[in-house]
Amino acid sequence: MKAAPFDHHAPESVADAAALLAEHGDEAKVLAGGQSLLPMLAMRLTRFEHLVDVSRVPELHGITTDGDLRIGASTPQAVAEHDPVVADAVPLVARAIPHIGHFQIRNRGTVGGSIAHADPASELPAVALALDAVLEVAGATGTREIAATDFFEGTWSTALADDEILTGVRFPVWTGRQGAAVREVARRSGDFAIAGVAAAVELDAADRVARVAVGLFGVASTPVRASATEAALTGASVAEATAALADAALAAADGFDAVDDLHATGAYRRRVTTHLVQTALTAAIQEASGVRA
Amino acid sequence: MSEHDVRLTVNGARQRGRVESRTNLADFLREDLGLTGTHLACEHGVCGACTVLVDGRAVRACLMLAVQADGTEVTTVEGIAAPDGTLSPVQQAFMECHGLQCGFCTPGFVVTVTAFLEANPDPTEAEIREGIAGNLCRCTGYQGIVEAVKLAATRLREGVDA
Repeated sequence: MKAAPFDHHAPESVADAAALLAEHGDEAKVLAGGQSLLPMLAMRLTRFEHLVDVSRVPELHGITTDGDLRIGASTPQAVAEHDPVVADAVPLVARAIPHIGHFQIRNRGTVGGSIAHADPASELPAVALALDAVLEVAGATGTREIAATDFFEGTWSTALADDEILTGVRFPVWTGRQGAAVREVARRSGDFAIAGVAAAVELDAADRVARVAVGLFGVASTPVRASATEAALTGASVAEATAALADAALAAADGFDAVDDLHATGAYRRRVTTHLVQTALTAAIQEASGVRA
Repeated sequence: MSEHDVRLTVNGARQRGRVESRTNLADFLREDLGLTGTHLACEHGVCGACTVLVDGRAVRACLMLAVQADGTEVTTVEGIAAPDGTLSPVQQAFMECHGLQCGFCTPGFVVTVTAFLEANPDPTEAEIREGIAGNLCRCTGYQGIVEAVKLAATRLREGVDA
């Protein structure tokens, strides 16, 4: 359980980090909190000659609101978890983070690292996808933005090029009355989710569903957006949405190619997903409409 | 394979060393500094035996490179008791409540609980169980450990020295 040798680089800026990645190509990997990469290196599931450590790059830290909520990629998950600005602006983010690993993991693990690592069982990629987050990326030749819907390509695989770094993530801020809930099933507390749901609901002044966001994790090779569920509920009154929930939740389970592995069959994952979508959305709708659960 | 000079404070004492890039903080503490109270079991972040405080926050020492600890303040289980050897309220409670048997997981639990109670001085039992979920014990069982956390919390809140 010891990592193979590598060179550790500690650039002081994004530009320096991008230059190192450009120089070393696919022999280099970005290291942030290391809570996923270091175990993979220790178990020798992967190997890199160079680690470009961005955990202490100052410009990658920080949480700001300017229309959107922006979280710097190297911001520790624990910092975002306990930041009242995050809880107020995008409650789904604040509620998803406590489900990541254990508190010791969240003290080192970073918001950007979780998204860039793109483990399909991770919470934050599903949240980013469901909320239409924008991912800010820097490379040696400049910066660009990638919509979350275009970002996740496969297990541990994203639209990031070898020489690019995720620098920040912007979440849209909803201004109406809203509710948010995260529900997941795992064998042990803090373990990888067998199936999970991150859901948020926003009501307009007439008490109709203005926006719904439902992200699934742990069920397919990428995070999944439950678009059919969202479409079935958008525009409905609270009563209509509540009545339509069971069918809408069933629709969520049909929207992905379910993983079938030693932890659970695909059929089990679909069934659990249906249940979790229903319970998460029930909680979110109740919160948005002011009903105490 | 690069090597790096690191300087850090461990249990209040300034330390320096020269480490390979791949050396994790737990191996550095144990093998270079001789602080073998930090235990290593799974070495991939699951068991919690290697938990230490870095700048006051509990982290897995196996999931942090020694070079990443450059410039930090680290507290290991050796730094939890008073300098004269008086046990901390958390350690005393583990002893009184049979919160340990073989003792292998105990350093990680003591460090975890120390950080947990600082952040949450009056936890419910459910919060305690969530707080220790990242540490595995394979012999005592968790009942005594949960009791120890409750007792330590009470004593710390009341300001009673153990």
